Amino acid sequence: MSLTLHIAVQYEDFDPAVEASRLTDGRTGVGALVQFTGFCRDEGGRLSALELEHYPGMAEAELQRIAEDAVGRFSLIGLSVIHRYGKIMPGERIVLVSATASHRQAAFDGANYVMDFLKTAAPFWKKEHNADGSRGEWVAAKDEDDSARDKWVKE
Amino acid sequence: MSVKLVYFAWVREKIGKGEEELDLPGDVTTVAELLAYLKTLGEEYDEALKFPEAIRVALNQEHAHHSEKIAGVREIGIFPPMTGG
Repeated sequence: MSLTLHIAVQYEDFDPAVEASRLTDGRTGVGALVQFTGFCRDEGGRLSALELEHYPGMAEAELQRIAEDAVGRFSLIGLSVIHRYGKIMPGERIVLVSATASHRQAAFDGANYVMDFLKTAAPFWKKEHNADGSRGEWVAAKDEDDSARDKWVKE
Repeated sequence: MSVKLVYFAWVREKIGKGEEELDLPGDVTTVAELLAYLKTLGEEYDEALKFPEAIRVALNQEHAHHSEKIAGVREIGIFPPMTGG
């Protein structure tokens, strides 16, 4: 069975159902599909939007590297990674990872692995837009994101 | 050596431009030496790169350690730790 690998960096919104179909239609060997969707939060009403900046070219290349690692490591049958950029409003989708495998554990682990590496290695940066009109700050990287990534290395 | 530098997020904002082409002195051979050299180019560079250990660098769009050599590299990306997802 040939591998389905789909990577996209785009401003436009995406449809998780379309990605599910891409990875499962006619794929009778697929036993599990796991999808993770990340949304823009308003942080209790404090934010009016997030501005997502990316490094064109490298963002796609890095997602491709992470995706290929995940496919090899977890024997995934299909993997789709879509990340948006630009101004994104609270409630809107930012990122979608869809992973298929023969069994559920590989699909869960594959999606989790991609997200952990995407957060720390894919060149995207978030800037906050404040609802009260004051100057927004760049989001700071979190140590727990590094720890989440490092657990895959230690195992 | 002439190289294209591209800046992102608060590094871009503090330096005040998204990219530039620079001729580097011959004694700038590693990523760490490049960051130290850029800090001498002006207050805005010094401010953006004040804590070089916190700065991430990509050589030809691949992540690189500060000890890596930059000879022959066409494009160097300089940016803060990533916060996507």
